[in-house]
Amino acid sequence: MSKFQKKQANTKQQVPTAAMPDIIFMLLIFFMVVTVLREVELQVRVDFTRADHIEKIEQKRLVSYIYIGPEILGGGRFGDTRVQIDDALIDDIFAIRRLMYDKLMEEPRLIVSLRVDQKSEMGIVSDVQQELREAGTLRINYSTLRGDAAPM
Amino acid sequence: MQLKKRSRETAEVPQAGMADIAFLLLIFFLVVTTIDVDTGIGMQLPPPPDPDQEPPPIRERNLMNILVNARGQILINEERASLHEVRQLVVDFVDNANRAQDPNLSEDPRQAIVSIKTDRQTPYEIYIDMLDEVIGAYRQLRDEASMREFGIPYRQYTARVSREDNVIRVMYPQNISLAEPDPGT
Repeated sequence: MSKFQKKQANTKQQVPTAAMPDIIFMLLIFFMVVTVLREVELQVRVDFTRADHIEKIEQKRLVSYIYIGPEILGGGRFGDTRVQIDDALIDDIFAIRRLMYDKLMEEPRLIVSLRVDQKSEMGIVSDVQQELREAGTLRINYSTLRGDAAPM
Repeated sequence: MQLKKRSRETAEVPQAGMADIAFLLLIFFLVVTTIDVDTGIGMQLPPPPDPDQEPPPIRERNLMNILVNARGQILINEERASLHEVRQLVVDFVDNANRAQDPNLSEDPRQAIVSIKTDRQTPYEIYIDMLDEVIGAYRQLRDEASMREFGIPYRQYTARVSREDNVIRVMYPQNISLAEPDPGT
């Protein structure tokens, strides 16, 4: 009837979706590979401090963590500064010696990463360090974030 | 012959839902993933002290004593200093042989020892700031030496040579001693 019929474009207007699962799988595999499931439930608060001249730990398999910070009591309250290794809070500081020695026997190139809350005092940190010396785990790493050192 | 002609039933798994399953898994891993790289200040603790053995004698001039008290005040070789001066003081102390040649500072970078001592009440944060400055001083020295000898920054140099062949590491070993803290008050 009408002379001015609308011309339809010849091209298809669909985005091809056939390859979508492949792309998704690729992403999936990437994330599966990089994921490290959280192994420990933190029972102490650890707010990292910051430093400029830091290095990366390349071999994550060698790392064992020690957490030092105020105990989380729930309800936003915090208790005294405690030491946590793996899943347990350490009551007796001298127990660290044996624990870390056992770990060193399993992995001779062990690196101990100290994750210490920035508000902790040095007393407990150096107690732990003394224990590490006794255990023979001498490679340590003070975990910090990158950034300007906080002004004093 | 007729038997052969019969077309086989196609055995296909329905694939329409696969993308959904993949998406679900993807979202799970996206949520769970924390891409955190472990960064920090690496240190080597000294082996436990041997009661039978006297500690090796160290000449007074080769030792730089840094004391940090509970309020974050810094004392370097009995003199007060502020945090941003620390780096220059450490550089001057360690690299004394190539700079001022002050008879009160270290004889040689290889013999220089920086000792950091804290109170038990010193906040960890302040200790790390302190350590950061000292390591910064060493990095500056190593960078300068690397630029002088090889014309490249230290970071590039370390990437090229193995740990054993690293002459700059030998030139400026990072001798930081962590002294046992005082009981404090």
